[in-house]
Amino acid sequence: MNDSLTLRQPKPTTAKPTTARPAAAARQRPLRQHLSRDEIILRGAMLIGALALLIALVMPLYSLLSKSVQNKDGAFVGLTNFARYANSPSLYNSLSHSLTMALVCTLIVTSLAFMAAYALSRSCMPLKRSFRVILALPILAPSLLPAISLVYLFGNQGVLKSWLLGDSIYGPIGIVIASCFWVLPHAMMIMLTALSHTDARLYESARVLGSSPWRIFFTVTLPSAKYGIISTAFVVFTLVITDFGVPKVIGGQYDMLATDIYKQVIGQQNFEMGAAVSVILLFPAVLAFVVDRWLQRKQAALITARSVPLQPQPRRWTDRTLLLGMLLLSITIVGVIGMAIYASLVKYWPYNLSLGFSNYQFDLMDGGGWGAYWNSLRMALYTALFGTGFIFFQAYLQEKLRGFGWLKHLFQMMALLPLAVPGMVLGLAYIFFFNHPANPLNGLYGTLAILVICTIAHFYTVCHLTAVTALKQIDPEFEAVSASLKVPQYLTFWRVTLPVCLPAVLDIAAYLFVNAMTTVSAVVFLYSYKTMLASVSVLNMDDAGDIAPAAAMAVLIMLTCMAARLLHWLLSKGLLQRSQRWRSPA
Amino acid sequence: MRKTLLMLSTSLLLANAAYASSELTVYTAIEAEDLKKYAARFNEEHPDIKINWVRDSTGVITAKLLAEKDNPQADVVWGLAATSLMLLANDGLLQPYKPAGYDKLSEKFRDNSAEPSWTGMDAWMAAICVNTEEAKKYNLPMPTSWADLTNPVYKGHVVMPNPASSGTGFLDVSSWLQLFGEDKGWAFMDGLHQNISTYTHSGSKPCKMAASGEAPIGISFAFRGAKEKAKGAPLELVFPKEGLGWDMEATAIVKGSKHMDAAKTLVDWTVSKKANELYNEGYAVVAMPGVAQPVQYFPSNAEQLMINNDFGWAAKNRDVILTEWSKRYDGKSEAK
Repeated sequence: MNDSLTLRQPKPTTAKPTTARPAAAARQRPLRQHLSRDEIILRGAMLIGALALLIALVMPLYSLLSKSVQNKDGAFVGLTNFARYANSPSLYNSLSHSLTMALVCTLIVTSLAFMAAYALSRSCMPLKRSFRVILALPILAPSLLPAISLVYLFGNQGVLKSWLLGDSIYGPIGIVIASCFWVLPHAMMIMLTALSHTDARLYESARVLGSSPWRIFFTVTLPSAKYGIISTAFVVFTLVITDFGVPKVIGGQYDMLATDIYKQVIGQQNFEMGAAVSVILLFPAVLAFVVDRWLQRKQAALITARSVPLQPQPRRWTDRTLLLGMLLLSITIVGVIGMAIYASLVKYWPYNLSLGFSNYQFDLMDGGGWGAYWNSLRMALYTALFGTGFIFFQAYLQEKLRGFGWLKHLFQMMALLPLAVPGMVLGLAYIFFFNHPANPLNGLYGTLAILVICTIAHFYTVCHLTAVTALKQIDPEFEAVSASLKVPQYLTFWRVTLPVCLPAVLDIAAYLFVNAMTTVSAVVFLYSYKTMLASVSVLNMDDAGDIAPAAAMAVLIMLTCMAARLLHWLLSKGLLQRSQRWRSPA
Repeated sequence: MRKTLLMLSTSLLLANAAYASSELTVYTAIEAEDLKKYAARFNEEHPDIKINWVRDSTGVITAKLLAEKDNPQADVVWGLAATSLMLLANDGLLQPYKPAGYDKLSEKFRDNSAEPSWTGMDAWMAAICVNTEEAKKYNLPMPTSWADLTNPVYKGHVVMPNPASSGTGFLDVSSWLQLFGEDKGWAFMDGLHQNISTYTHSGSKPCKMAASGEAPIGISFAFRGAKEKAKGAPLELVFPKEGLGWDMEATAIVKGSKHMDAAKTLVDWTVSKKANELYNEGYAVVAMPGVAQPVQYFPSNAEQLMINNDFGWAAKNRDVILTEWSKRYDGKSEAK
């Protein structure tokens, strides 16, 4: 409590020259003093963290990718696989399709996410809380849910088929709509974090200096959200280009790189070619990563010890326009989800439209039933608990630990890598690496633990970016001041950093929980009979033709995630009120 | 002692297979809804062996088995496409074993090598699923042969599985090439391509799409069509008169299984008469001659319609066929 108070009221004595360049000040000190005991411990922690990522991510991927230069018998064949793929007619098509889809979705989702995040954090429109809830809904459902729903809405028997003016939903249109639908909450998470931290003094100065609202928007709002916008675009681009679920379900024969991997690995059991296509798929993602790094090299801290949280002022027309936009967006989302729920209740679409709960009796179907559901719940809880702790602490070390530059670079690279890796590729990589007889960790194979590790690794990047975005906005002064007051760094972490970043921490936990409940692509290769998951059973029931029960299980997963979100919200209300009071005006 | 035994047997009865003395991990692509039934029938005779299923689509299970090559997790594969098992046998993943009663199976369903590594269970065959309501809506005549499907009247109304993603799709393509010969086979597919609205990634999906009216006509397999029809879909199953491509579900022991005795017991049972009767509940053609009873919605002459499928030829030429197929039909969709 005291900490937050001191945060809000800048001490006039914190003279600028001594604190403005803490790093420089630190550098002048002799080395021995530089590495205090707690710094050694923290460096050790960072090393262990990097090692963990190396084992959970880099080494499995290496074992898979080394297959791309081998033939079926494991002999080294150089670039033969790549040459074969490049000569096939599919490469050019798939590459251009993948890039087109990813760029279109990036444009749409980034604009929508910015509009929505801006409306939620900077306007005075009504119903903000409801919109916030609705916009988070798509992430709560397995990706099969919107896909089923789109078919019911716009398919050949769809209720809104005429809206497509004769075009088919199976193809680029379907891919764009479904991708935007499931990616939007991911984008919102980063964008909201970026927009909810700002310094009201900037706006005050701008107004006092007579800037027009547009000028303020372009000179203050946009630049201060730059990091968030770039990160969002980067995340959306890679999520779309690496996703195979949506194009598989609704893409028709609009081939993309990710479906090519599916064809090679699942259709033809050709791991070597699949690995080669994976490598090609990594290129656009790596390119996006490089551009991202290059653009945002200089991100200044937005909240300093002296900053004042912004309180949005009512602006009649802006608020109304934003309200309209949000209403349209929300209606679309609710419509898509509502259609899936309706479909799960219908007895036999479209020939017997009577409603009932018969599709919800999972124990009468196979595919895991309720056992799978409980497994999923346990897996999601462990993922949220261990994942959040690990990711946030490592991001903290990444941002706030002095020195160790090379390791930080390495760590940052590893943390961003999972985003570029399709889940299917990761899942296969895990089999090759963890089920190798020579691997001392092969006891993990077939356990719930490997599912947890794989899920954390799979969803690492967005969580890491969220944590880093939140951490970057805290002025490094806090560490410097603590250090000069001889407060150990871990205490500063516990008393200042963690409470300040609590919204982001809770977001990460909720994000991990929800994704663990809904993920399919990586774990489909890793579950054993003891660890059947609900999301996989959705896939299996759909595969068996039990589409309606599959939709019902998907709805159940969604309800569970909603409950988790509710808990998240209650926690936010309770905990955040204590730790975040400094953000609101006194 | 007797008391304990009594208690033990009581609890065995109560908990069914929970107290089984040995457990088997069984990989399968059998329809999920049938798994409990299959295990229960087996446990009627062998309550001491508990089956732990890992079920997924044929492609995923095959990929999983291949990926786990160096450290196999499965003991038995029960109900996977024979073409997949042949692939696994070639890679040395299967334990050669001649189950008791092997010689009683029709020759078609046997590995026929000196040391057989798999045994067939039942045949699943290609079929065309036609949605009668939708066909009426678009004024489509009922097709009776594969050749009919190239009629321009069906333009944009046919879905079939992509042979590069789906075993059923490859089955279709390889059977047409065997049925019509190379040149005529490709000519037929050229014509068919003009009418295809979507190539799906899953073999059962075209029939599901036909069942829900998403597409009037789906090229799929008979078992799925019969299931959808039984659920009330307005479907007509067409078995083209030229002949039907088919594959079989088959059983094998995974090399390196740590429960070899139990695995052998299970595989022995899977070729038994009782097991064949079980398969016959969903499939019209099963491995043991004389067992099969007619199955609802299947034609009575199903077995005669099955072409003389040369699995060896199909497996050997798979890469060539798929390359040619992609060259002809991949990425042309937008141009239509």
